[in-house]
Amino acid sequence: MDPRTNPAFLRGLTQSRSVTRRDALRLAGLSAAGLALAGCGIQGKKAAAPSKDAAADYWTSKKKNGTLRFANWPLYIDKDGKKYPSLEMFTADTGIQVTYQEAIQDNPSFFGKAQPLLAAGNDIGYDLMVLTNGIHLGRAIQLGYLVPLDHSKLPNFAANAAQKVKNPIWDPNNTHTIPWTVGLTGIAYNPKYVDEVKSIEDLFNPKYKGKVGMMSDSQEIANFGLFALGVDPDKATEADWRKAGEKLKAQRDAGLVRKYYENDYVDALARGDLWITMAWSGDIFQQVAEGKDLKFVIPQEGGTIWTDNMCIPKTAQNPVDALTLMDYVYQPKIATMLVEAINYITPVPATKDLVLADAATKSGDEKTSLEQLANSPMIYPAEADMARLRSYKPLTPAEEKVLESIFQPITQG
Amino acid sequence: MSVRESAVAERAAGGPARPRTRLGDRLLKAYVWLVIAWLFLPIAVMVVFGFNDTRSKSNVTWQGFTLRWWTRLGDYPELTEAVFNSLRIALLATVITTVLGTLMGLALGRHRFRGQGATNLVLFAAIASPELVMGASLLSLFISTGVDTGFVTVVVAHVLFSLSFVAITVRARVIGLDRSVEEAARDLGASTWTTFWRVTFPMILPGVVSGALLAFALSIDDFVITQFTSGTVQTFPLWIWGATRNGIPPQVNIMGTLIFAVGVAIAVANSVTARRRT
Amino acid sequence: MKRLTPYLLILPGGMWLLIFLVVPMVFMASVSTQEGDIVNGFVQTFNVSVYGEALAQYRTQFLRSVGYGLVATVVSVAMAYPMAYWIAFRGGARKSTYLLLVLLPFFVSFVLRTISWKFLLADDGLLLSPLKSTGLLPDDFHILQTTTAVIGGLVYNYLPFMILPIYVALERVDPRVIEAAQDLYASKREAFAKIVLPLSLPGVFAGVLMTFVPMTADYVNAGILGGPANTMIGNIIQIEYLTNQDYPVASALSFTLMAAMLIGIFAYARALGTENVLEAAAR
Repeated sequence: MDPRTNPAFLRGLTQSRSVTRRDALRLAGLSAAGLALAGCGIQGKKAAAPSKDAAADYWTSKKKNGTLRFANWPLYIDKDGKKYPSLEMFTADTGIQVTYQEAIQDNPSFFGKAQPLLAAGNDIGYDLMVLTNGIHLGRAIQLGYLVPLDHSKLPNFAANAAQKVKNPIWDPNNTHTIPWTVGLTGIAYNPKYVDEVKSIEDLFNPKYKGKVGMMSDSQEIANFGLFALGVDPDKATEADWRKAGEKLKAQRDAGLVRKYYENDYVDALARGDLWITMAWSGDIFQQVAEGKDLKFVIPQEGGTIWTDNMCIPKTAQNPVDALTLMDYVYQPKIATMLVEAINYITPVPATKDLVLADAATKSGDEKTSLEQLANSPMIYPAEADMARLRSYKPLTPAEEKVLESIFQPITQG
Repeated sequence: MSVRESAVAERAAGGPARPRTRLGDRLLKAYVWLVIAWLFLPIAVMVVFGFNDTRSKSNVTWQGFTLRWWTRLGDYPELTEAVFNSLRIALLATVITTVLGTLMGLALGRHRFRGQGATNLVLFAAIASPELVMGASLLSLFISTGVDTGFVTVVVAHVLFSLSFVAITVRARVIGLDRSVEEAARDLGASTWTTFWRVTFPMILPGVVSGALLAFALSIDDFVITQFTSGTVQTFPLWIWGATRNGIPPQVNIMGTLIFAVGVAIAVANSVTARRRT
Repeated sequence: MKRLTPYLLILPGGMWLLIFLVVPMVFMASVSTQEGDIVNGFVQTFNVSVYGEALAQYRTQFLRSVGYGLVATVVSVAMAYPMAYWIAFRGGARKSTYLLLVLLPFFVSFVLRTISWKFLLADDGLLLSPLKSTGLLPDDFHILQTTTAVIGGLVYNYLPFMILPIYVALERVDPRVIEAAQDLYASKREAFAKIVLPLSLPGVFAGVLMTFVPMTADYVNAGILGGPANTMIGNIIQIEYLTNQDYPVASALSFTLMAAMLIGIFAYARALGTENVLEAAAR
């Protein structure tokens, strides 16, 4: 209950003695005096580029502590009641106790919360976190918030990771990050209301007025705007961005777009608020697995591929333990447990056969759903599809400002 | 019955306009109940969906009745932790606010002093300025001075916005006090200190208690200021807001239902005892 | 010692308000005139042009928020007044029960209540789908992500803050005064206009004060129930601060919002002649 409804308070409020103009002026004077105090700026924090030996320097003095605090996204790991089977195996094999927290709801707010702590060199409460490649991970790297990885301790990653996830453009040589999962941004639709979708143009079809969902992330819609114009996002210029912005603005002004969504587009699609929407592959796979009649396509013009990356904040208290887990999940056996639960693309291709092998031991619903998983283009996309996919382009702060100034007015009109 | 008598009776009953008034009253009553139903509609949905037999992470369509979620209330340790954080923050903020607010209320209601007007102005400004602005300005302060946001800054913010409410409530009580009782105590030889604790304080206590309840209620449900000052600390409302992006599990509905039930119990008990007192 | 007492009493709370309310406003003003970005840091350049630029860019959202705030306030008064009136004068012995009923829903977290509305109003949800399947509404009809939904949400979330103050003011009106007035004016309407309404105005004032400002600065309702054409200034400030970390723009917008609200409130208080109104209420 809110105190503003409390009669005692209300009586007090209406009793208020009047405030004189002199009091107001006095207060204003006081504030002006304070302004002088607050004259200084918020300090710059850009880090120098890591030197070659940075990784070696960092890791020489670090030891295993037997505990690990892991921040991840909700529903992003295998779970059995309150237990996490893969993490229990990790503890059994390595003796490291894991405190697993579903602490990350989205990149900006998690980064926004951790950033002041990292800037001040304080513990953020986690030794390992998962961030999507994009503006905020880019900032974290530029600001020197991430520990350079010791790849000599990552043999499973070297051996089992897909070639495609190695050496990404946003983090050359996987200096600071290795993937947790990979996902696609494509189009999901409800076949009850929408004919077969192949092209991004369907998101601009006036037939679906008020039933189209777009994403609120600026890079996410920028890529789709560019694809629609036939421009490769990796090669896009500012002029291309502006053209894409105009196209997206026209789509909005025509009343086509229901809302610019974050992850909540899934509920809106399931509830029937949306007929056709930009969507992430794993979400739709889960909905379909639960029996919803929904379709997911990578449009012929192209789609976005993104990676959620494990990384170690520079203030981590148990970095060795974190590094141990990062490598541990690259064992095909563990990666299989994860992909069967997470339903996004795994960075370990060897899991496909293991999932099929698992399916062979099961029967009924479980068998079909595992077979679906192994054969789904949403989980193991075909080479032809992969060729059409682009990631978010890494941006400098200045470029980012331009991008936001073009696309934010569209999503936040 | 004489003509005169019937005229008197008619007048007493509200005159010839009576049938129309009654209709108006009835319509008004129906309207009141309609609004109350409207106020309760989303609450009912919240309670009901705590029993929804949903399989997926999106609890949006009715799938059948189950008690499963009640037995698995603790499945989300972060949610449970967030609820406890909310309680811890609310308790601490309430204690600090009540002490500071009571002192201010006493000063404002009892004494005349220089700067009183300015104090009133600040109290008024604290109520009148949007919470969003308070949160944003606190964040500016913390960022500029390099203070880490977290548990402590949330408590600071909660004390800040509930302080005026408590001070004003206590002030109202103090102004309404009968000072002759205190004078009598002092005439009988009680010291200032004794007079305060034995006479004044018991008289303002209802104001203090209602102020404390205000502070607690304000803190436990706060979302806006908390979002700006929380750092990595999660509270119940923040957890729900975050979860809206990924689908809200039925456990949230249950937590909401439980908090609602406790609130209802307290409110009912309070109104019953209040009735007995008068 | 005695003369010092009030200062000692006021000191701890006063310091709290000074350090955490007044000083932060100063810092916010300072941040608003800095330039830079989160990676390279912000430098104080006393760049005032950010105010003009930010306001030009977000003028629509600003005006929209004030508009929504005004409409929602007017709707709230219109809805709350008859309700408060009936409870105060016709509620009889069950007055407190009615009040309790008005307040009970507010034991549920307001974020959760707003989300519940999202369920209820979904296109294929509990309220709309029966109307659609019977053909009363077209298939593509929707309430979510419309202005109606946002203003409805605002009114829903703040209505009790309007009902209660009006009720408190009305309850203080002595029914015998109304009777006397009816005897004198002979018309109910006139008695209401000349006695009840003026006496209840302080309640309306307190109600407007406690609803207009938070409704105008709200971002939860627009965020959950609104669409692309319903973004309010609160959403922008929240995004600029917490997502983009463009602190100068965010600070400039918050500062302008607060100034607008405070000026509005003081002007409103003056226009109504609050001093008299407040005195009347205090009795």
